[in-house]
Amino acid sequence: MQIVWKGAIMAGAAMAMAQPACAKDIMVEAGENAQERLQEALILAQPGDVVVIGEGRFDLTDGLSLDIDNVTVRGSGPGKSVLSFKNQQGAGEGLLVTSDNVVLRDFAVEDTRGDGIKSKGADNIVYYNVRVEWTGGPKETNGAYGIYPVESENVLIDKAVAIGASDAGIYVGQSRNIIVRNSKALFNVAGIEIENSYDADVFSNIAMHNTGGILVFDLPNLPQQGGRNVRVFSNRATKNDTPNFAPAGNIVAGVPMGTGVMVMANNNVEIFGNVLGGNATSNIIITGYRFEFDDENYQPVPANVRISMNQHGKAGYQPGYRGLDQAAKAMGGTIPPILWDGSGSKIASDDAVQVLTLGLAAPDTPLEQAKPDVVELEGNTARALPAITMPEAMEAVIR
Amino acid sequence: MIRFLVFLAACVALVSAALTAQPVPKVNDALITGDKLPRKLSDFGFFADSAAKQPVAMVQPYELNAPLFTDYARKFRYAYVPAGGRVEAGDNGRLLFPVGSALIKSFGYDDPGGDDVRLLETRVLLHRADGWVALPYVWDADGKDATLKVAGRRMPVRFTDPSGAKRDISYAVPNKNQCKGCHELGGKLVPIGPKLRNMDDGVQIGVWQDRGWLDKGMAVFAMMPDFSDKKFSLNDRARAYLDINCAHCHNRDGPASNSGLFLGFEETDSTALGIGKRPVAAGRGSGGREFAIVPGDADASIFTYRMDNTDPGIAMPELGRSIVHDEGVALIREWISVMNADGSIDIESDD
Repeated sequence: MQIVWKGAIMAGAAMAMAQPACAKDIMVEAGENAQERLQEALILAQPGDVVVIGEGRFDLTDGLSLDIDNVTVRGSGPGKSVLSFKNQQGAGEGLLVTSDNVVLRDFAVEDTRGDGIKSKGADNIVYYNVRVEWTGGPKETNGAYGIYPVESENVLIDKAVAIGASDAGIYVGQSRNIIVRNSKALFNVAGIEIENSYDADVFSNIAMHNTGGILVFDLPNLPQQGGRNVRVFSNRATKNDTPNFAPAGNIVAGVPMGTGVMVMANNNVEIFGNVLGGNATSNIIITGYRFEFDDENYQPVPANVRISMNQHGKAGYQPGYRGLDQAAKAMGGTIPPILWDGSGSKIASDDAVQVLTLGLAAPDTPLEQAKPDVVELEGNTARALPAITMPEAMEAVIR
Repeated sequence: MIRFLVFLAACVALVSAALTAQPVPKVNDALITGDKLPRKLSDFGFFADSAAKQPVAMVQPYELNAPLFTDYARKFRYAYVPAGGRVEAGDNGRLLFPVGSALIKSFGYDDPGGDDVRLLETRVLLHRADGWVALPYVWDADGKDATLKVAGRRMPVRFTDPSGAKRDISYAVPNKNQCKGCHELGGKLVPIGPKLRNMDDGVQIGVWQDRGWLDKGMAVFAMMPDFSDKKFSLNDRARAYLDINCAHCHNRDGPASNSGLFLGFEETDSTALGIGKRPVAAGRGSGGREFAIVPGDADASIFTYRMDNTDPGIAMPELGRSIVHDEGVALIREWISVMNADGSIDIESDD
């Protein structure tokens, strides 16, 4: 570790923990003993410091973690500064952030055994121009989440790339005030997933070759639930054609191959201006939580979903839900590109395509009892949710 | 027996300090409360000998009824409370130490060549005015002192496990952040082990009271048993195991708060305990199983899959073990296997 800081003295019998007079760059180069040098830099950083990851491949043997507020971790670009966890022996993720006001930018995390980058209870976090990838392509043995902020307020993900996650490439869980934009999610089970979260804008992203492109879910038995106020707009969710490779037991293992956008049991979701197509099951699925649960506080059906102005390419030509292939046959080879299980209230669409309902108003009815039928989703589709904004300082650092 | 011996060692240290003319070894209070990260373990003055096996008089060895599994390492725990300091009992009997206190825990394995224990690392928790600080010290090659390694370390270790099998492992000393990975409660770093219910063995609480650290008239808490002692009920043993091995993260204010899986000894919500609970972020840790616990079917339960695994993307706990705790897995297997659908257990103690 090389400290670039005027007058810094860190040798001696004891290291001072007092705050330095000015912020410094802590440079860490690739090479021998990268694990210890990089982890030490992340531990000894003071608020305001930048931990600079040099160019090259860092062969890491354990998870890294950052627990100091106001620290930036910056590389030379996601193609140049690569943290490889191919030989990881411990920890549930590659990089774990548990402090506030952290900026992660311009580096890549590859081949972690568990999650890629996780930030938990880390408010005001910025992920900018980072890539998380499992380089062997989609495999069940890949880690679950690529970029994984959870239990956080103010989450900004911009120009991120996530490839090969066996759950979600970009996953924001149990958080509030979220922007995911200008990012790419490829070859994951779920490209981008917003789960049990409030107030999110997901826009200008590309979600291709996943099992499902963009998911907005709410699940029971979690500390934060009642997911609501999510806008999914101006994204491209196309050709989501990777067979589901999630390990069974995970909720996304039930996402059918060829899903563009899927909303499960959320309230107040707006889906508009997206380019959708090449999704064999459906461009848009609106559904309730169709599993048994024991949670009196959980609301298992969707409500107030407004669909408008989306462009629909080919969809529904090989629906992955049991029984729907027959419906497709009966309807001339494809089912309509919007699919609703029939549960919930105030589901409205003015897209210029048909909608297929399964007619299952109660979400605990088995799929076998579906009565597929074309339905009009009439109602108000006018956009009502305000744009999400981040604290100015978060936008300023990446401007 | 071990417990008696450490108690005896403390007494010997006390007596020898009184008998000799040398000044009584003193703990460096200023280092505990200051803002430095001392480089050497010996700087603190917790021990009378350079091998850190004899605590000074003000440092009290203690034991837990149910300890955390750490690759079968032997652990030696010590507490220090500054003169006149009082320890209070908080929620669920969690001990609240005054500022200036320190908890010291050494990890090692029996030396194959002799009857001594070779220490690998000593972890120190310091209670400073702005909260607890966790520092990992790795033992020097000459065994005469230990040096601060904030970034942790891996080291190859060979030892014989309780079944007599030889084991070669890559022992991991946690880094300073990983310490917090387990020791976090509501965003703050706190001690895990010292809880009245996990220390009450009929003797130890009295020793702490005699030192003036604990109040004699304090409330009594339900004792958490040694999970290997079959005179206690299967349910209590399993719940004690989960408490000390899992609940430091899996509680409502801990590092695994987002999982909704809460495994404290006092937890009463059966879904939060994992019964019929689907995973939320388990990834391949699910092993293709749908629920954390399927009563009556250990092989269908995610618990046993993750406990019985050493792959970093699957294994639970995430930190602190590189091998499977076979005895722990067997206990949880048995517990799930006999569990009724509602989570109740009919089997009581073997006695």
